Amino acid sequence: MKRLIVLVVTTLLVSTAFAIDKGKKFDDPEMQARYERLISEVRCLQCQNQSIKDSNVSLAADLRREIARMIDEGQTDEEIADFLVVRYGEFALYRPRTTGKTLVLWLAPFLLVLFGGFALVRVLRHRMSLPIDDDVAKEGQSE
Amino acid sequence: MNRFVWPLIAVAGLLVFLVMGLRHGDPRALPSPFIGEPAPVFELPTLMNPEVNIGTNTFAGDYALVNVWATWCVMCRAEHPFLLELAARKAIPIYGINWRDSRLEAMRWLDELGDPYLASAYDEDGRVGIDWGVYGAPETFLVDPEGTVIYKHLGPLDPVIWQREFVARMSGGGQAK
Repeated sequence: MKRLIVLVVTTLLVSTAFAIDKGKKFDDPEMQARYERLISEVRCLQCQNQSIKDSNVSLAADLRREIARMIDEGQTDEEIADFLVVRYGEFALYRPRTTGKTLVLWLAPFLLVLFGGFALVRVLRHRMSLPIDDDVAKEGQSE
Repeated sequence: MNRFVWPLIAVAGLLVFLVMGLRHGDPRALPSPFIGEPAPVFELPTLMNPEVNIGTNTFAGDYALVNVWATWCVMCRAEHPFLLELAARKAIPIYGINWRDSRLEAMRWLDELGDPYLASAYDEDGRVGIDWGVYGAPETFLVDPEGTVIYKHLGPLDPVIWQREFVARMSGGGQAK
């Protein structure tokens, strides 16, 4: 029993042993924060659904290195985002920018809520206009 | 009956989108932002001779395939025989970008399996790969005589894809066969 517990505990401990190279460390904490934020907002193209911060595949490491270089060179977030979008498309950014192409993505949720609300109001109005003592069973047939 | 019409239309519309999504093919294949754009400019030493550089100018003036490959890439091995076949029948000039690889291993690979490339650029640190928007080898770009990227294929090439996606895009000219 004791051995079993030891086995289970050590097995569970293994998962905490991830060693992902987080890449560059900046001396300036502000730059470090920018770097951390930027790499967590860029999609790893090789392992889509991970950010390049969380991924240790080679391309993610390359992109971290490039982003660190651009921060060093004093480029703005906008310029860094452009760099990525020109090469990999809007898909590379976890937060796509509002452009003509992605506008529908940003607007769709609001349009859907509007549409749903409109439909709800119509259904409720219709229900209210029905005679109260109408036989519910008949309602389906008469429509 | 009328009350079912709108929900039905909505569901049908959703279904159309879902089916389109499923038929899209490889979900990893992203639309390349380079289609219709000039090929990204680069200058790299060749794999075979570090003293000699090749770059975007090397393949100007004719249709060219730019194939991103590496020895660690399993599917590159799968498509290699077909690249050799294309090279043997001189279908199109093929250039390689050896991506994040070891020079020695890459040279040994070409030695063992045959070399379909007029030349391979040696992109050791993946910097040029980033400029070309490469995210998974093998990737194959079709560049037209003006140096414009007209197609990109993700994954191994085969005769069917070659005929359907590449040959169809090359206007009678070039050396396309």
